[in-house]
Amino acid sequence: MKKLKTEQSNVLQVNNLSVHMQTKDNTSTLVQDIQFELHRGKVLGIVGESGSGKTVTSMAILQLLDQKTTTIEGSIKLQGRELNGLDKKAMRNIRGKDIAFIMQNPMNAFTPVYTIGNQFIETIRSHTKMNKKQATEIAIEAMQHVNLPNPKELLTSYPFQLSGGMLQRVMIAMAACLHPAVIIADEPTTALDVNNQLQVLHHLNQIRTDYGSAILLISHDLGVISEMADDVIVMQHGRIVEKADVFQLFDHPQHEYTKKLLHARPKLHVEEYIG
Amino acid sequence: MSLLQVKEVTHSYGSHKLFKWKDSPKQVLKNISLSIEEGTCLGLLGTSGAGKSTLGKIILGLEQPQQGQVLFQGHNIYTADKLTRQKIRRDLQVVFQDSYSAVNPRLTAERIIAEPLENYEKLTISEQKRTIIELLERVGLSEKDLTKYPHQFSGGQLQRINIARAISLKPKLIVLDESVSSLDMVNQTLILNLLSELKEDFGLSYLFITHDIKAAYAIADTLGVLEKGELIELYDSKNQFFSSEHPVVKQMRGAILAEHPRFRSLPTRISKT
Repeated sequence: MKKLKTEQSNVLQVNNLSVHMQTKDNTSTLVQDIQFELHRGKVLGIVGESGSGKTVTSMAILQLLDQKTTTIEGSIKLQGRELNGLDKKAMRNIRGKDIAFIMQNPMNAFTPVYTIGNQFIETIRSHTKMNKKQATEIAIEAMQHVNLPNPKELLTSYPFQLSGGMLQRVMIAMAACLHPAVIIADEPTTALDVNNQLQVLHHLNQIRTDYGSAILLISHDLGVISEMADDVIVMQHGRIVEKADVFQLFDHPQHEYTKKLLHARPKLHVEEYIG
Repeated sequence: MSLLQVKEVTHSYGSHKLFKWKDSPKQVLKNISLSIEEGTCLGLLGTSGAGKSTLGKIILGLEQPQQGQVLFQGHNIYTADKLTRQKIRRDLQVVFQDSYSAVNPRLTAERIIAEPLENYEKLTISEQKRTIIELLERVGLSEKDLTKYPHQFSGGQLQRINIARAISLKPKLIVLDESVSSLDMVNQTLILNLLSELKEDFGLSYLFITHDIKAAYAIADTLGVLEKGELIELYDSKNQFFSSEHPVVKQMRGAILAEHPRFRSLPTRISKT
């Protein structure tokens, strides 16, 4: 039990992570010296502009990069278990159960030819010994948890029949239903319109308070970061340039690049109306 | 006289001679009237499905509205004679959201920008090349980029090429349909700044269609809010958006993400539910 406790506070530990990619003539480094920890129930934000290595980092954690062309160095420990170099089958058991992944574009994340229910129940049953009926109950419960109306009907509908905001909520329900230790949310709100963005963040936040999942929140939008993150990593050219508490980062940015990012966002200049 | 006037435009989709639809035709625009003055930017806000892009298409002359008129410098763009229509098309340009699908992947940057010039201007080869280089430099790219293909550019750079193409004929009005929405925060700001500069330099007018209130606020002079096909609010000054009592606008305001963790709304929302 004692061991469990220490594992609980520190669910994911990434040490000296580097990703290299082999091209025809040379190797290029995509990310370098990435180091961070995820704690139970905490949200770690990663910001940076496109091409800074945010997504490569998350793909490396999930071991989803092409093994023929990329090499991952360093260590990725999930609850004390090393993920880097784990064989495909073991990794498949971890993905979706211990680490859930929420993608940017919900429209492309589902298979268009199967119903939502089919895909939802497949996810649950591939990780548990439940029968169809039990899995359906779990799915319905998870969908109710993110305020989706008529979950039973939704299970029989196809992805294209749902709006982007609803699909993203289905994806969150799917990610959360097995109570994963870590949720990686890669730009979860970028493809949604403004009215849905806050709602989706709200559901993500609820999941971390209810199930204690640690969330790795990747976004280029500082609005998303300031709404949700506890700690923030700033990435530039594949490296971490600053790591700080979210308040610290917004009030006293240390690195020049962080200052540039904070300065770059469009501002409303009418802050008294917000919040 | 306003540069562009939209008068009582109503439009619906879903009626078709061949296919019998279960539902009656869906009205996507109801009685829309608005105008854009020369040298100003109208920001058009709305959630997905509100009819923003349909209105943009109607203003561009790509989709004839079922009722109502679109007047550009006093000419109805759907009923004017061929010569006037040709002139109007030159003065009306567009920049779309997805920069990659807005260009031909087989053409170089030079060919992409050359297309409108070849259609309207009779330039010699060297004049045209000089014009294109000037345009590239104006949007922050350089001569080196002339021979590059779309896949060699980043999203932000390619959007600059789209802008260069749009301004190549010195138009009067550019419709920007979610033009910055797919870019990251840094590029968004850079493109918004570029657009504001161009607006001053060339006396351009914009119709800026977006769901992003912050982006609209950064560039627009006047603001309109579209909801379920109706123009529910139209402000002469963008600041009126923040004092409006309309429930839809209030909801939109409530959904703006905080600019600083101090203003975050999530924990309070959770304790409420």
